Amino acid sequence: MAAHLKKRVYEEFTKVVQQQQEEIATKKLRLTKPSKSAALHIDLCKATSPADALQYLLQFARKPVEAESVEGVVRILLEHYYKENDPSVRLKIASLLGLLSKTTGFSPDCIMDDAINILQNEKSHQVLAQLLDTLLAIGTKLPENQAIQMRLVDVACQHLTDTSHGVRNKCLQLLGNLGSLEKSVTKDAEGLATRDVQKIIGDYFSDQDPRVRTAAIKAMLQLHERGLKLHQTIYNQACKLLSDDYEQVRSAAVQLIWVVSQLYPESIVPIPSSNEEIRLVDDAFGKICHMVSDGSWVVRVQAAKLLGSMEQVSSHFLEQTLDKKLMSDLRRKRTAHERAKELYSSGEFSSGRKWGDDAPKEEVDTGAVNLIESGACGAFVHGLEDEMYEVRIAAVEALCMLAQSSPSFAEKCLDFLVDMFNDEIEEVRLQSIHTMRKISNNITLREDQLDTVLAVLEDSSRDIREALHELLCCTNVSTKEGIHLALVELLKNLTKYPTDRDSIWKCLKFLGSRHPTLVLPLVPELLSTHPFFDTAEPDMDDPAYIAVLVLIFNAAKTCPTMPALFSDHTFRHYAYLRDSLSHLVPALRLPGRKLVSSAVSPSIISQEDPSQQFLQQSLERVYSLQHLDPQGAQELLEFTIRDLQRLGELQSELAGVADFSATYLRCQLLLIKALQEKLWNVAAPLYLKQSDLASAAAKQIMEETYKMEFMYSGVENKQVVIIHHMRLQAKALQLIVTARTTRGCGMFLSKMYFITDLPHLQDSFVDKLLDLMPRLMTSKPAEVVKILQTTLRQSAFLHLPLPEQIHKASATIIEPAGESDNPLRFTSGLVVALDVDATLEHVQDPQNTVKVQVLYPDGQAQMIHPKPADFRNPGPGRHRLITQVYLSHTAWTEPCQVEVRLLLSYNSSARIPKCPWMEGGEVSPQVETSIEGTIPFSKPVKVYIMPKPARR
Amino acid sequence: MYGTGFGCLRWLAEGGAGQDVGRSCILVSIAGKNVMLDCGMHMGFNDDRRFPDFSYITQNGRLTDFLDCVIISHFHLDHCGALPYFSEMVGYDGPIYMTHPTQAICPILLEDYRKIAVDKKGEANFFTSQMIKDCMKKVVAVHLHQTVQVDDELEIKAYYAGHVLGAAMFQIKVGSESVVYTGDYNMTPDRHLGAAWIDKCRPNLLITESTYATTIRDSKRCRERDFLKKVHETVEHGGKVLIPVFALGRAQELCILLETFWERMNLKVPIYFSTGLTEKANHYYKLFIPWTNQKIRKTFVQRNMFEFKHIKAFDRAFADNPGPMVVFATPGMLHAGQSLQIFRKWAGNEKNMVIMPGYCVQGTVGHKILSGQRKLEMEGRQVLEVKMQVEYMSFSAHADAKGIMQLVGQAEPENVLLVHGEAKKMEFLKQKIEQELRVSCYMPANGETVTLPTSLSIPVGISLGLLKREMAQGLLPEAKKPRLLHGTLIMKDSNFRLVSSEQALKELGLAEHQLRFTCRVHLHDTRKEQETALRVYSHLKSILKEHCVQHLPDGSVTVESILIQAAAPSEDPGTKVLLVSWTYQDEELGSFLTSLLKKGLPQAPS
Repeated sequence: MAAHLKKRVYEEFTKVVQQQQEEIATKKLRLTKPSKSAALHIDLCKATSPADALQYLLQFARKPVEAESVEGVVRILLEHYYKENDPSVRLKIASLLGLLSKTTGFSPDCIMDDAINILQNEKSHQVLAQLLDTLLAIGTKLPENQAIQMRLVDVACQHLTDTSHGVRNKCLQLLGNLGSLEKSVTKDAEGLATRDVQKIIGDYFSDQDPRVRTAAIKAMLQLHERGLKLHQTIYNQACKLLSDDYEQVRSAAVQLIWVVSQLYPESIVPIPSSNEEIRLVDDAFGKICHMVSDGSWVVRVQAAKLLGSMEQVSSHFLEQTLDKKLMSDLRRKRTAHERAKELYSSGEFSSGRKWGDDAPKEEVDTGAVNLIESGACGAFVHGLEDEMYEVRIAAVEALCMLAQSSPSFAEKCLDFLVDMFNDEIEEVRLQSIHTMRKISNNITLREDQLDTVLAVLEDSSRDIREALHELLCCTNVSTKEGIHLALVELLKNLTKYPTDRDSIWKCLKFLGSRHPTLVLPLVPELLSTHPFFDTAEPDMDDPAYIAVLVLIFNAAKTCPTMPALFSDHTFRHYAYLRDSLSHLVPALRLPGRKLVSSAVSPSIISQEDPSQQFLQQSLERVYSLQHLDPQGAQELLEFTIRDLQRLGELQSELAGVADFSATYLRCQLLLIKALQEKLWNVAAPLYLKQSDLASAAAKQIMEETYKMEFMYSGVENKQVVIIHHMRLQAKALQLIVTARTTRGCGMFLSKMYFITDLPHLQDSFVDKLLDLMPRLMTSKPAEVVKILQTTLRQSAFLHLPLPEQIHKASATIIEPAGESDNPLRFTSGLVVALDVDATLEHVQDPQNTVKVQVLYPDGQAQMIHPKPADFRNPGPGRHRLITQVYLSHTAWTEPCQVEVRLLLSYNSSARIPKCPWMEGGEVSPQVETSIEGTIPFSKPVKVYIMPKPARR
Repeated sequence: MYGTGFGCLRWLAEGGAGQDVGRSCILVSIAGKNVMLDCGMHMGFNDDRRFPDFSYITQNGRLTDFLDCVIISHFHLDHCGALPYFSEMVGYDGPIYMTHPTQAICPILLEDYRKIAVDKKGEANFFTSQMIKDCMKKVVAVHLHQTVQVDDELEIKAYYAGHVLGAAMFQIKVGSESVVYTGDYNMTPDRHLGAAWIDKCRPNLLITESTYATTIRDSKRCRERDFLKKVHETVEHGGKVLIPVFALGRAQELCILLETFWERMNLKVPIYFSTGLTEKANHYYKLFIPWTNQKIRKTFVQRNMFEFKHIKAFDRAFADNPGPMVVFATPGMLHAGQSLQIFRKWAGNEKNMVIMPGYCVQGTVGHKILSGQRKLEMEGRQVLEVKMQVEYMSFSAHADAKGIMQLVGQAEPENVLLVHGEAKKMEFLKQKIEQELRVSCYMPANGETVTLPTSLSIPVGISLGLLKREMAQGLLPEAKKPRLLHGTLIMKDSNFRLVSSEQALKELGLAEHQLRFTCRVHLHDTRKEQETALRVYSHLKSILKEHCVQHLPDGSVTVESILIQAAAPSEDPGTKVLLVSWTYQDEELGSFLTSLLKKGLPQAPS
């Protein structure tokens, strides 16, 4: 045994030494790097033809250059530039200059003069454009140097008259990015004349080339983004561009108009061809609305999107967007919406449509009809009917945003949103359902609207149905018929799609608690009670019956008269459901029963503050740990952990914090325990057995630290540092334990890579370790172990600062439920698909981290990566995984259970920031995707399966 | 300069029940080219009035000589029904242009129509199947946005029009003059087709249909939703739904609508479609996916929407099957055929429902039940009691007034011509177009000719050298601003070129003549000639700062190429004569100088 162990450690040890050598080798490589410029020089001199030179440059561009050697490289490139006749090589050099000047740690002001110099002599338009791009890169790199900026703006202005659109484009881009913001700065800018950048850019709004016009508008938008206040005069210019022939110009112009309207919402503009005046924001709104029926769908999407963010617009204009005057044969007609409303208000609901039901009524005055409204008329009507679903989605989003800010508009747009529930594209349907949910606190659904909404419950898409359930959770229904209708439709849904059970119950829970008075008159009917006769007791396992009870019980919570209508078995069922489905059935004040929980609920709220205090106190208590003897420290830790755990159970809001700190304390406890072991005092050969405990502790601490680092959302950098520190200690412990049996320390030193990440922590393990670093590096392994051991013992307990918001990631597998006794039979060698449905809470980036693990009875484990599309995001911090897992195995004689659980994969190297040089070189993608380890974070579910042997 | 202008003729049905059944046929002459747009027939007549009167086009002489081409916008019979008659019986051998789907579906409809007319009604003097085939051989198919060169000058281009599969709008262009003909079009997308679209082509004339000139329609969604709800409810209660349709166009839209709804709602009730014509047509719908709307185009890789999963072929025996079902049957007005048979079987049950998706002509069963009649007299004195529910849903695929305005706004034409509508309604639209878009609008009656003058722009080729030289002199040419340019216009073989004068001389083999103007300016100056010249020099130098003013050693002064010499006339020593001489090219500067010198020199500082 001992010999075996020894061998193992040796193996690891030797391997590690090799790694170290590699590291040294890379360091050597680094030293050779500054000669890169020289190599380039030689290459370029060698190049016989422009094509050759271009090849060398392309090769050169693939590798990054260090900040200190950039200048040398730049000089060589410039030198070659002067000599080069071929424009394509010059172009590449110019682009390289731009790329190099972006290198972090390099100040590009030294090459600016040269760049401007070569710019003056350049003839090729393409190279000119590229050089201007380079100047832009330089200028953006030096945002605080006013003189340089002024100079660059000057250069840009000179080249604005170039005949090539590319050059003009770049000039405008430069002006937009660097144009000065304040005029006062100009005095110290070496007498360079100030230029009104806005005016210059504005002049190019009427350039002959549409690309330049677009660039001019973009430059103007750029100025705005940089904080320069645009003049109001631009508004008129931009309005003219709305009728441009080119879509990219129109699209940019719409943006510009939006920007101006946000800057000067209240200023007054005249309406052409009349004496009236309106607010600018209203005028802009009308203009953007008009663009919703533009010929190009790109512009339409743009316009529809921007409409949503114009909240200052007056309600009169806003409501016009939903208005469309119908007529037939010059006679006024009512829309279907108006008719539906009328039918509803007249008390008669849902009459069959008759021939001529929509017959036009009054005559329309021909003069008064305006076919092309200048204002906002019908913009959303058009947008929602658009051919492209992108436009429709944008329109729905805009509706949502506007409706959230204006309740009266919300009421009006309801009809249109309901209509969108029948869109041909699922995405649009889903989006409109979500929108409706967001504005649901502003609206009450009419019965006919509810009818349309409920019709969608039969949709075969699960997403749509669940979105609709969520919507029903928070809708207001106006009549008891509405509630009845909703219940009937939901039950229909339940029979058609039994998998929706949980979602439907939840939906009914909210429906009941929101409308107690409407449910009340329905109770006898729903429970099918009869005044004289006893009716048969319904089946308690029927999901539909449970659904009805959930609705009633939730309504009864705020309606004390309701329980009187219950029959005996209802009370029994209540007791049963209260126990089995406690999250759906509230506590009721029933006659003849004591109510326990209702007294508790208010007190919990008032206790919230004390519990926070309690948490703080118990954590503070731990700080005194340092001054206690080991025994006392252990006890203190033990009962603090116990307290925290209990607190987490009681207070769901504090569960994250409590768990997090408890885990940390547990680590500390383990560490103390391990160090208390007697083994340290015993001679090496004797403690082999006992060392198991210490190494197990080290291992456990490592696991716990990984959990702390990756399973909690909201962990900040300062916590990560502490966690790393703890892990380092665990590693040191591990090393000591192993080293006592063998001799070696290389492993530890190689694992100290993140030491540099850790800031200087007073009195900590790292602190001491760093002090001892020189000694560690030189001394022999045995000595190192000794040093480590003492440092470990002396190191102080670090206080863990608590983050503001911390949540533990958790997952629940809803399906498979693991209750079935019928094994899933399939032919061995083939696959069977298992539907997995799980909810994830507080998982960051679930697409990359969450995996499904299947454990077979033979110990074989399989890890499945779900597709990114399998994750849905129903709410903040919540995710839903609906995927299929394929199982396969060789034939078994008996059915057996496999375990399915969810894992959270992590990769600690992903936290290390990456190299900034990204554009030239390729990034190795495997660094990001590799999995270092996994943490199980859901309860395993057992699935009964039976692979049958294949029949021949 | 004025172009040759347009002659626009059109024929339209007089009276008749619906505007849809008129016959469309428009003749356009544009810059000397004659183009016939559509060749429709009138469904309401059974005699000669059914086809347009082609003798109107040329009194004598062959049609082929007179017409340069014929363009068919889409496959509806009121737009293409007279085509075999026109090409085979009247005699036309020139090219006929239509889109690919129209080319595919058009012969099926023509053949079907021929069968009804000849085989069922027994008409003589009608075109034969062979004639349809021969006629279709003359067809040239075009793609969307493809510019087809009919001959050296005439070119046509098709734009998407919605309406039915393969419907197109056509731009006809000769030189700088152009006409856009819309045919029938739809500005709102439906379940299987997209919306009509045209770029800002700024034609001289836009010929647009105006079927719904006075209507603004409600959104399509409500109608669709109502339709689906009705069908769904009836089927759920075990009833049967009959939807009488015409074989092509709306039928496919409704099929898609029901198919997707069935799919969405996971319904199992069978849907049937009466076979025959439709199957063939559906086949073409499957093939012409690029002509359909976004949804179908995007999803056809996974599944072609026209490969219906739930819709099966109908068999006569199915009508008696128990249980719910939905049946599409032809014809659409319930006047004969399968739809009427099924109607008679199902009319007695109040659970059942019939949905009329379109317009019904007076006298048909469809019209009767829509107007509320509950007892129908059938042939053989039978009385049929209608207990089933009767619904009306209008699904029309024409642009409404707003849509027409929108299209006019998109294309930005100089003139608009309204066709294919009722005079009274067109009057309203005409007024609106003139008022709101400020575009002049015409609405000629049948057989009336409209002539429009066009301002013709003549393209002139300019040599690059000249352009660059002129560009170098001034700043950048500003967009949309006229600018002065010196050059020589050469008109040769009916094309125009602008070249520099040197090149023109060289090309034409002419010697250059110089034209110089000389002028004498009398000055009161007592000093010597040299001094006068010097004074003139300094004066000019101070005024003409941008020009090169030189004092030559022989005593003369030059400004650019203008020579000024001072001479003393013998008779009067007190006046000096300035000889100013300039070439024709410097006329501007020369005349400026003389007027300047005539004002006299400033008093010299003594």
